[in-house]
Amino acid sequence: MNSERVSVPHVLLGLLAAGPRHGYELKRAHDERLPQARPLAYGQVYASLGRLQRDGLVVAAGQEREGGPDRTAYALTDEGRAALNRWLAETELPMPYVSSTLFAKVAVALLVDDVDRTRSYLAAQRQAHTARLRELTAAKTALSASLDDVVAADYAIAHLDADLRWLQTTLDRVADWHREVHS
Amino acid sequence: MTYLQARGVVRSYGPTPALRGVNLDIAEGEVVAVTGPSGGGKSTLLHCLAGILRPDAGEVRWRGERIDTWSEAARSRLRRSTFGVLFQFGQLVAELTAAENVALPLLLAGTGRREARTAALTWLERLGVADLADNRPGEMSGGQQQRCATARALVTEPRVLFADEPTGALDTLTGEQVLTSLVRLAREQGTSVVLVTHEPRIAGYADREVVLRDGVVDHGGLGLETPLAGGRR
Ligand SMILES: Nc1ncnc2c1ncn2[C@@H]1O[C@H](COP(=O)(O)OP(=O)(O)O)[C@@H](O)[C@H]1O
Ligand SMILES: [Mg+2]
Repeated sequence: MNSERVSVPHVLLGLLAAGPRHGYELKRAHDERLPQARPLAYGQVYASLGRLQRDGLVVAAGQEREGGPDRTAYALTDEGRAALNRWLAETELPMPYVSSTLFAKVAVALLVDDVDRTRSYLAAQRQAHTARLRELTAAKTALSASLDDVVAADYAIAHLDADLRWLQTTLDRVADWHREVHS
Repeated sequence: MTYLQARGVVRSYGPTPALRGVNLDIAEGEVVAVTGPSGGGKSTLLHCLAGILRPDAGEVRWRGERIDTWSEAARSRLRRSTFGVLFQFGQLVAELTAAENVALPLLLAGTGRREARTAALTWLERLGVADLADNRPGEMSGGQQQRCATARALVTEPRVLFADEPTGALDTLTGEQVLTSLVRLAREQGTSVVLVTHEPRIAGYADREVVLRDGVVDHGGLGLETPLAGGRR
């Protein structure tokens, strides 16, 4: 789907907006609030916190005895809050590049003369997309689903739905084009 | 257990072929999405499976028994007792209240008035529109009407629910709320669902998807029998 990189430091700033937290709490909060995102690695959390601290956006807020970063709670500074607000106010460039592997494969497949292989790739890809769509729909309609779960599933479902429509439209378009050229 | 079975079903409207030999099995409690481009034959297949239309050739079986050869009256009885139908526009009776609309299939089946009303109220409650029981369709939003129509389709506790683009006229959120209730309630009572839709997102509610294209089941789902590359110079 979308291979756009998410700014982990900004997400961490957002998670700290409610009050100081430890690194492991941040990881847990991240995975909970962004349930369909790739889970954060601890290393990534501490590396990002280190950079945020260096830039003065967070400060260590009390340490339990001595110890490493896992013993430290971090708090947002005023500059941190300002950086978070700037990030939230900034409009994202809508699709500056079309960077999906699905798109690239279909574009390349249309150039390649191996029709059978292309067909079986597309059929398999469609099946995989549909299966994932069913899985996400089941997850979000489960009685136990939280609002976070539903919102995350909605996002993924909307994109899979768009991919499937685009795939079908492209095939129909190519078939149409082919008919015109050869009639 | 196989509930419904289509074998080599063919159906035309005058010179226009709509189904050109469709095979399909639907098991007890299964939710099957029938998808594909418009004009592909989805509605015609649904009507044949539900015994509303008779195929020109081929067979339709309900629990192993051929129903396509039955008289109109016998098929109509089967529909009333065993099947439920829901269309894109709820098709509620404008002169009746929500409760009366939902009670209607029970009254037609010979249930007493009081009992029918009680069941109707229970189903309106399950669909989250109990407070509209005494409203007429004209006083309801599209989503509320579709919830009532869903209650009416399920009130007889059918073994199969046929739904043709049931969310087609609703906005995304309302549509998904109606569909979530519909699928959940159907699953709770082991009702099979034949869900016709042209939207991939809606097909996500089903256990399985069958793609109809040009009157036949398209196994790849993408219409890949049409030329793809090759001719592109
Ligand atoms: N009542 C009808 N009279 C004539 N042609 C019809 C009628 N209903 C459907 N058709 C034709 O049959 C084909 C299949 O239609 P339909 O079953 O409605 O497909 P879908 O529901 O997938 O859009 C189409 O070519 C359509 O134009
Ligand atoms: Mg139709």
